Amino acid sequence: MTLPLLQVRDLKVHFQVRAGGIFFANYLPLKAVDGLSFDLAAGETLGIVGESGCGKSTLGRAILQLLPATSGSVAWLGKDLTALDRAELKAHRRHMQIVFQDPLASLDPRMTAGDIIAEPLRNYETGLSSAAIKARVREMMEQVGLLPSMVNRYPHEFSGGQCQRIGIARAMILKPKLVVCDEPVSALDVSIRAQVINLLMDFQRALNISMLFISHDLSVVRHISRRVMVLYLGKVMELADRDAIYGAPRHPYTQALISAVPIPDPEKERAKPRVLVAGDLPSPLDPPSGCVFRTRCPKATNICALTVPVLESAGVGHEVACHHWRD
Amino acid sequence: MNGIKFTSAPAAPGEIAGEFTGRSLWQDAWRRLLANRAAVAGMIILAGIALASVIGPFLLPWSYDSIDWEHIEALPPQFSTGHYLGTDSLGRDLLARTLFGGRISLMVGLLATTVALLIGVTVGAVAGFVGGRTDQLLMRFVDLMYSVPLTFFVIILMVVFGRNFALMFLAIGAVEWLTMARIVRGQTLTLRNKEFIEAARASGGSTANIIARHILPNVLGVVMIYVTLTIPQVILLESFLSFLGLGIQEPMTSWGMLINDGAAELEINPRTLIIPATFMTTTLFCLNFLGDGLRDALDPKDR
Ligand code: SF4
Repeated sequence: MTLPLLQVRDLKVHFQVRAGGIFFANYLPLKAVDGLSFDLAAGETLGIVGESGCGKSTLGRAILQLLPATSGSVAWLGKDLTALDRAELKAHRRHMQIVFQDPLASLDPRMTAGDIIAEPLRNYETGLSSAAIKARVREMMEQVGLLPSMVNRYPHEFSGGQCQRIGIARAMILKPKLVVCDEPVSALDVSIRAQVINLLMDFQRALNISMLFISHDLSVVRHISRRVMVLYLGKVMELADRDAIYGAPRHPYTQALISAVPIPDPEKERAKPRVLVAGDLPSPLDPPSGCVFRTRCPKATNICALTVPVLESAGVGHEVACHHWRD
Repeated sequence: MNGIKFTSAPAAPGEIAGEFTGRSLWQDAWRRLLANRAAVAGMIILAGIALASVIGPFLLPWSYDSIDWEHIEALPPQFSTGHYLGTDSLGRDLLARTLFGGRISLMVGLLATTVALLIGVTVGAVAGFVGGRTDQLLMRFVDLMYSVPLTFFVIILMVVFGRNFALMFLAIGAVEWLTMARIVRGQTLTLRNKEFIEAARASGGSTANIIARHILPNVLGVVMIYVTLTIPQVILLESFLSFLGLGIQEPMTSWGMLINDGAAELEINPRTLIIPATFMTTTLFCLNFLGDGLRDALDPKDR
């Protein structure tokens, strides 16, 4: 068996959050990502879904080493990224890029579109002549659907969708092997979402990129992913192939999420059974004992408060963390 | 990418795109600066004053320190004697003195501000961006320096290194950078957590790289404003130090000193105040216009 591109093992990212304390600061650990493990094969897209505050974005940044992991490992072709020194990390970074949620905020307001797209090239292919850089930038702009004549414009002169195209061009210019998409379309108008998603998928196919697609929008994730991981308070609830997740979800949380996705047919929409999730997300500073979802779970019983459910296999490539998934 | 064309990319009519020459922020800024009339006028007048200060004293019939014994009383402007703006109460040519004073004042303003700019921006940006212990260390040092009175500092420098003209630039610069460092640090702190900085890191930028390419251009607007405020401050500080006998000495002079002297004889001889004061205020005005223009020019959002 070939080595997966990315192997994440028991990854934990905890932050120290200052909570009260007048003279002596009282720090509480915030477990943004708490023991995640998964593999990502070359060319595969893994969708990561969950409510805001469940650690999705933290996970993406921890994988790219933009945030330090508290423990656990992120292995790139078998090599642990968390143990690399600065120079090695820089060498590895050229293969992994990120597309951000807020397209405008992720572009330097004092740089022209051309300079922004060229930046990774300038960092990694230092030998390139300025004519060669220009040619590559132009090619990228055409590929993402920007007019090359816009090269001298500044980010604020572009629409949100165009800004995101610039962001994608910047991420793709080095032909990366892994791209983390952190809610790349949730800040965009509905009308341009599909274009941007398709653009991402085109790149993925052309360059055989592995993608981590982070989103809270289940329909978008369904469209783009091959496998889907459902997160809740920094933990995996369910991890399965797309069709299994959407067709036969096992975890009560996944079931609730799926049933909340509107169906564009009023008849069916009214008829479909709904699983409601009551209440709000509990504070991540004080997560529930046992199963973190138990405070909102319709199936919760005593055992849920006592022991933490481990990920069990519920079919080929289907894992669920729930005591009662069989019911 | 071997010319792949994606269907989802709206057909970009690349052919109609005429211009594809990358421009930098600096070229853009220069263009915008030239479009700003007040800034251009400021630049031209400043250049004129600077030029006059540098070469003017060579062209005048009187030098700044020679005394015209025949006109030892303050003389009104007249052409026959070559005192185009008259003389001061010691019979020295006022125009020559004002132009020579301009040399000193502009030099102090320029050098001390440059020193302040370089140290202040570097320290501020590094402290703000790197954060943690580096930040603590640098900023406590700034606090420490703040608490040392300027005159005391200058006197110590004089004692250690002896009387030296260049020392004054250094001393003033060394004091003025403190505020600059604080301002830049504050700005950097707000920039540090912006997504585009994270994006730069993900694109493989090193810390030095990110500071130079992303932090500095974004703090430049504020820095520019502060610089235009610092130059006049420095010019005045020089006259203060000179007044205490710690700066330059008679018969050398500067605008600050000339204004000081002129103010003393305001009632008998207002000319000796008005002439150097006019030069100085004109310079400061022009600097302000130029500073404003630069700030606007460096902000791409401002059109
Ligand atoms: S373990 Fe219990 S509380 Fe958690 S999801 Fe399953 S049934 Fe619900």
